[in-house]
Amino acid sequence: MSGILKGSFFLLKSGLRRPVQKVQWSVMCRFASSKSEDRYWNDKYNPSESQYDKILVANRGEIACRVMQTCRRMGIKTVAVHSEVDSSAKFVRMADEAHCIGPAPSNQSYLNMDAILDVIKKTGAQAVHPGYGFLSENMEFAHRLADVGVMFIGPSSDSIKSMGDKIESKRIAAAAKVNLIPGFDGEVENEDDAVKIANQIGYPVMIKASAGGGGKGMRIAWNDEEARNGFRLSKNEAKSSFGDDRMLIEKYIDDPRHIEMQVLCDQHGNAVYLNERECSIQRRNQKVIEEAPSTFLDKDTRRAMGEQAVQLAKAVQYSSAGTVEFLVDSKKNFYFLEMNTRLQVEHPITECITGIDIVHQMIRVAKGHKLLYKQEDIPIKGWALECRVYAEDPYRSFGLPSVGRLFKYKEPNHLPGVRCDSGITEGSEISIYYDALICKLVTYGTDRQQSLDRMAKALDSYVIKVPTALHEGMHLCKHSSGKLRVTHNIPMLRDIVVEDKFVKGDISTKYLPQVYPDGFKGTTLTEEEEYYLVAMAAVIHAKEDIRNHLFYTKDMHLVEFDKCRVWDVEAIFKSEPVDITVKREGEKYTVSIHGREITVDDNFSLSTPVISTQVDDKEQIFQLFDRKLGVVKLQYKGTVFEVKVLEKRLADYLKYMPPKKVVDLSSVVIAPMPGVVKSVAVKPGQPIVQGQEVCVLEAMKMQNSMGAGKSGIVKKVNVKTGDTVNEDDVLVEME
Amino acid sequence: MAKMMASTSFMLKNIVRANTGLAGLVSRRWQTAQHTLAVRKKIEETRVRARQAGGPKRIETQHKKGKLTARERISLLCDENSFIEYDAFVEHDCPDFGMENNKDFTVFGGSLSMAHAKKICKVMDQAMLVGAPVIGLNDSGGARIQEGVASLAGYADIFQRNVMSSGVIPQISLIMGPCAGGAVYSPALTDFTFMVQDTSYLFITGPDVVKSVTNEDVTQEELGGAKTHTTLSGVAAGSFEDDIEALIGIRTLYNYLPLSNSDPAPIMKCYDPWDRDAPGLDTVVPLDSSTAYNMLDVIRGVVDDGEFFEIQSKYAMNIIVGFGRMNGRAVGIVGNQPKIAAGCLDINASVKGARFVRFCDAFNIPILTFEDAYGGAYDVMSSKHLRGDINYAWPTAEVAVMGAKGAVKIIFRDSKDQKEKEEEYVDLFANPFPAAVRGYVDDIIEPHTTRRRICQDLEVLASKKLNNPWKKHGNIPL
Repeated sequence: MSGILKGSFFLLKSGLRRPVQKVQWSVMCRFASSKSEDRYWNDKYNPSESQYDKILVANRGEIACRVMQTCRRMGIKTVAVHSEVDSSAKFVRMADEAHCIGPAPSNQSYLNMDAILDVIKKTGAQAVHPGYGFLSENMEFAHRLADVGVMFIGPSSDSIKSMGDKIESKRIAAAAKVNLIPGFDGEVENEDDAVKIANQIGYPVMIKASAGGGGKGMRIAWNDEEARNGFRLSKNEAKSSFGDDRMLIEKYIDDPRHIEMQVLCDQHGNAVYLNERECSIQRRNQKVIEEAPSTFLDKDTRRAMGEQAVQLAKAVQYSSAGTVEFLVDSKKNFYFLEMNTRLQVEHPITECITGIDIVHQMIRVAKGHKLLYKQEDIPIKGWALECRVYAEDPYRSFGLPSVGRLFKYKEPNHLPGVRCDSGITEGSEISIYYDALICKLVTYGTDRQQSLDRMAKALDSYVIKVPTALHEGMHLCKHSSGKLRVTHNIPMLRDIVVEDKFVKGDISTKYLPQVYPDGFKGTTLTEEEEYYLVAMAAVIHAKEDIRNHLFYTKDMHLVEFDKCRVWDVEAIFKSEPVDITVKREGEKYTVSIHGREITVDDNFSLSTPVISTQVDDKEQIFQLFDRKLGVVKLQYKGTVFEVKVLEKRLADYLKYMPPKKVVDLSSVVIAPMPGVVKSVAVKPGQPIVQGQEVCVLEAMKMQNSMGAGKSGIVKKVNVKTGDTVNEDDVLVEME
Repeated sequence: MAKMMASTSFMLKNIVRANTGLAGLVSRRWQTAQHTLAVRKKIEETRVRARQAGGPKRIETQHKKGKLTARERISLLCDENSFIEYDAFVEHDCPDFGMENNKDFTVFGGSLSMAHAKKICKVMDQAMLVGAPVIGLNDSGGARIQEGVASLAGYADIFQRNVMSSGVIPQISLIMGPCAGGAVYSPALTDFTFMVQDTSYLFITGPDVVKSVTNEDVTQEELGGAKTHTTLSGVAAGSFEDDIEALIGIRTLYNYLPLSNSDPAPIMKCYDPWDRDAPGLDTVVPLDSSTAYNMLDVIRGVVDDGEFFEIQSKYAMNIIVGFGRMNGRAVGIVGNQPKIAAGCLDINASVKGARFVRFCDAFNIPILTFEDAYGGAYDVMSSKHLRGDINYAWPTAEVAVMGAKGAVKIIFRDSKDQKEKEEEYVDLFANPFPAAVRGYVDDIIEPHTTRRRICQDLEVLASKKLNNPWKKHGNIPL
């Protein structure tokens, strides 16, 4: 039982190990297989306590894998239920048993309670872990399980019910003395009334129409005068816009942060909080980057928030893991938003800083065991970050879903302090039916900076390649300034983790629109980085030239024809040509650009998926995507760049070549992703203006409005409602 | 271009020898130093004049059209300083040598004179002699009308060399300008013809003649532009955006080819591990056999570094042909493309596939076939019965005459329980067993092991020898 032996140590900040104090129950880590796993599976439990023999995981993808991982470590058998399209998914292969419960659409499979209950009966599973999403907060499901004597690994259906209702949860929270967003839920009569209420609440306040929406009939007031004016203007606006001028006032949270408390409770009334996670980096109310702890909370605020979270949990006799979400304003006032009665997507970062396997605790608490933690046992060790790697195009609205098969896929698991929670392997398909999450990339370090550095390196070393499209060129739509569009959000994640405001911790839920007011456009390289990129492209050219001369003779003798070790080339980056000389001496290339000499260590081949090499004696990471007809595509700092490198003697004639044709994609509307056409809004001959909706495409449960790229007359409509379309299909043509 | 250098350096020796001989002759005939100097001067002047081809003005015009001159093109095609020109002194025009022949549009619009033809023939004869590929860079208006039958005879001489060279040395044509009349036959006889988009045309008679004969209005582009020949006629193996890209592209292709039919397929140093698992291949074929997938994903997943040089990528797209490497060894790849017309073999696809296979066979390039089509495709896509050396099936393979639905409709036409019969048929035929138990496939392999297995097999098969009965040549209807 070397695993247990290993588990009786824990990792200190310094990286040293020492045996932990002997206690009545052992501090156990069940079969953690590598040193790094000690970090987040360093759990307290009683090795002799009873446990389930078999658990059914009513979920898919990464979270199903995550739950099974812990089950495995505990020696519990697992049952997977899956849809037809998931038949060969990673979580299905991981499970001890797997059962297909229906076709791809969730409502026929993962939400199909009858089918899942059948499998429970068939397999004799004693408990069900619902993961997140799907049936995880479904009272009926919890009820039906209880009816057949199967444990729902989560809170009671009563807890789910009371926290699931927005009004009810606020009422309970208020009773439990949890901070709520102050507001006046009655009707505000007049200007004086507005000022009076505003003063009671405290500025800034939001004056909004009861029937409001879309920013109309809404005003923010920072003082009495603004409150007076705001009330009058909003009321008028509301009257004309909605025909309903009833007004409300509530506290306005300026640049709020989203900070949440993880709580863990048992069936015996014990509850602890596992500290906070900050999830302020969001787009369209979906989290993108999370961290634990928060840079913003001081000890007292943390304790106050944690205690309120525990009060709320206790108020609903909560058991299992749960998350209480708060909005925090710039003065560290915090206000209750809602409670999630399930395992949260971003739970791994809490596991990293506390060493507690939350899934493990959920399982043993469900079995009726007591928590073996007291609040003072809960540490904050080091710093953890989570980047959600999504299959989506970050260049459009900070991420529109993109689906397909992952042609090449390699997680940076081998790097220190990196944890990848994913449900996919090379060749997996990101399907239109489910969430577009590829992986939760987690890094941890002794402090935030180390965690950030590790994240940047992990993102650079993450290999994700999608297959070439049938119509090459459309798939990778060329973006301005030599950057290529890709189908995952690593370019944006990589840019954020080194962005000044983020590095300083100066963030809020408005971070993305504030830092990228015109949308994300790809990373901007510094001058030095541009030099390195171009130097690397030139070295790739030289290495390819060498390889092109390395042939074997008939008797398999390797002949190198070309002894040339100096290359005169021209590189074109961002439409600017530059003369370069590349020299190879020893195991180094020396690249001269504009009189500057840059050295590149020759420690890689053109087949190396992740090129990690010394450029000017500094470690730089590149990924070679493609090289064809003199164009080198390199991923650097998260973004794929295009550099054209030609022998000088060829480049000298470039001036005579006709300018490249640019395919005018504005006269057609192309499906950016596979999906189903929900509606078509135009017909041939109809004049439309730029941006006007031509049809709606449903993909990944999202309705995407397809707009015209330019104004003009519709020439042809190639689809009708109900059609299934593929990526790059032409939906509408214009004259 | 390494291999070319090997043969050009061989030619270099010949030239050096010839020159020494000439020098000796000169010194015997003319004794005065002055005269020697005068001759030298004339040689130099003539060479300079030849280099200038049609003169700076015409060169400028060529450049303005976005095209390069013949000498520029050749110098860019070859390794630096490796091109050696022959026959620059031959009167009236100037093609060049170095295993390429080249028509220069700046001289008489590139039209073909007898002298011109002779130079091309000389190059082609030399190439045959030493066993080196011929690359033609074509930019020619056709026969030089002024020379009449002599010019036509010149063409025929070239065609004859094309025919004799066919299957002996690789012949590649690159159409880099308008090519009309006699000038189009020769490229059409070569192994691969490539075109430059927008600047090159390939037709026997131009739009004017078409108009006068058939009264049809047709543009040069529609009649014989790169798009027409790459998508519609299948004459061109591919096209490039401009002269420079075309020349780089040809260099890429060249590295896949042996020098001649007496050389093996080239083996390049490979850094992509030959025994690399390709897990992506396990999921490329959808579980639902009626869903199409992209065969290019399979090809790119198997070959070295995912690099694939596709031939005729826009013509008869239901079949894919092209070159790749397996552990450095050049291979020809043929595959059905389920994304287009269910990957079926129609007439165009069959001709495209057959021509490519014949080329590979002629030049000792192993052929790797990926098959996904019912019926006759099983036979003709390199089956055991047609001398496929090693045949593997993936677990998803269905080896049958046709799909279950169609088959049941025929066999059990009158049966009421079609559904049941279909299931029975699926159980019997929709799997790799019928072929495996008969030894028609050598093994059923997990897709991710495909690369490793093929690399091993190619190693073993490298020494394969096969003798066919003597015949003058085959007569399949190609």
